[in-house]
Amino acid sequence: MTRAAITGWGKCVPPAVLSNHDLEQVMDTNDEWIHTRSGIKERRIAHVEVSDMAAVAGQHAIAAAGLEPEDIDMLLVCTCSPDRLIPSAAAMVQAKIGAHNAGTMDLNAACTGFLYGLTAAAGLIASGAITRALVIGAEKLTAFLNIGERATGVLFGDGAGAVVLEATENANEGILSTELGSDGRMTELLSVTHTGTEYPKGDPLYAERTVYMEGREIFRNAVVKMGESATNALEKAGLTLADVDLLIPHQANVRIIDATAKRMNLNPAQVYVNIASYGNTSAATIPIALTEALEEGRIKPGDVIVFVAFGGGLTWGGLALRWGDRTEPIRTSDAALPPTDKTGLELLAARPRV
Amino acid sequence: MERSAIESKMVDLLVEELGIERDKITMAAKFEEDLEVDSLGVVELLMALEDNFDVNIPDEEAEAITTVSEAVDIVEAKVNA
Repeated sequence: MTRAAITGWGKCVPPAVLSNHDLEQVMDTNDEWIHTRSGIKERRIAHVEVSDMAAVAGQHAIAAAGLEPEDIDMLLVCTCSPDRLIPSAAAMVQAKIGAHNAGTMDLNAACTGFLYGLTAAAGLIASGAITRALVIGAEKLTAFLNIGERATGVLFGDGAGAVVLEATENANEGILSTELGSDGRMTELLSVTHTGTEYPKGDPLYAERTVYMEGREIFRNAVVKMGESATNALEKAGLTLADVDLLIPHQANVRIIDATAKRMNLNPAQVYVNIASYGNTSAATIPIALTEALEEGRIKPGDVIVFVAFGGGLTWGGLALRWGDRTEPIRTSDAALPPTDKTGLELLAARPRV
Repeated sequence: MERSAIESKMVDLLVEELGIERDKITMAAKFEEDLEVDSLGVVELLMALEDNFDVNIPDEEAEAITTVSEAVDIVEAKVNA
């Protein structure tokens, strides 16, 4: 049976840091309040667009796989904050990295986007339609933040992560199973407005808000749904929670991660957390975390890895995979963003306000 | 279910789930002010209550809870309904 295995990985986080202490200067909040409620200490603010970060992350992933950009059949960008409505961010990334033999498309499943994207690309590989995919999670949600709103303004950051998926006939590696879910009836629990077709109609509901979130309801749903989808994905693969070597959860809130891990009976050493440095980068959190977990030696050959995510829609998902033999990149890339002399606070202040 | 049994389980959950010192917990204690449990901590407690007592506590009702005693009230009404 043909499966898809991750053979390359990479990340791109913009250089400008915005710390909790920086935020104290522009909103009624403080470091202790933010850190105890979310686990976040700082986040990155992009001086470039989503396709720029996605292109750099993608080039690192292609090099790690030992491939050239022309080897990619499908370039998929998972994002809810693309540069433009048309063309897709994926088409812009294709031009930037020279992946001229690829089909391109974007996929929006909010913070669960990367798992939807991996599932879609793995399915294309299993069907024989393609053999190599570049799947990128990239977001610049700080473009939409309402800095007056401390409940959501502190949570998000910018960044991108990418993986190369390749067809394999090896039964001992690759994506084993996935479980995706959604409940569109809960649209209003988590939404970013002012961007779609309804915005010009001047609906008073959206007059004063951009990023809107019902934190308590999200918390409850996230913990339950991530636990369920991880368990169900493992079951489909003939595995149990006891087989999990590393859980890489969407990094939205460390309290959600802790509560999810507790429900899954995992100890902290089995859970990868890097939210303190980046905040919630939506569809980019899991590929960034995967890349850092590999760089830190947290993944060993043959490990069972589980990704779980949750986000607007509502959407959720769990994905189980078995890592192959190689945990080192085949090659490295020197791709990087152009430098900036702006601070995170300066970049945030320069964002147009709605 | 006896109220005293619910109270006793509530104290256990506050100690086990939220790491609060047993000595500090009284029925009159306010979550935020006396026990230093923030809004997400109350959600974590509610999820533990739902699991342990097999009840469903909607967010609208949960938002009204400020003291340990009020949390016991809600669970008592649900389990004996």
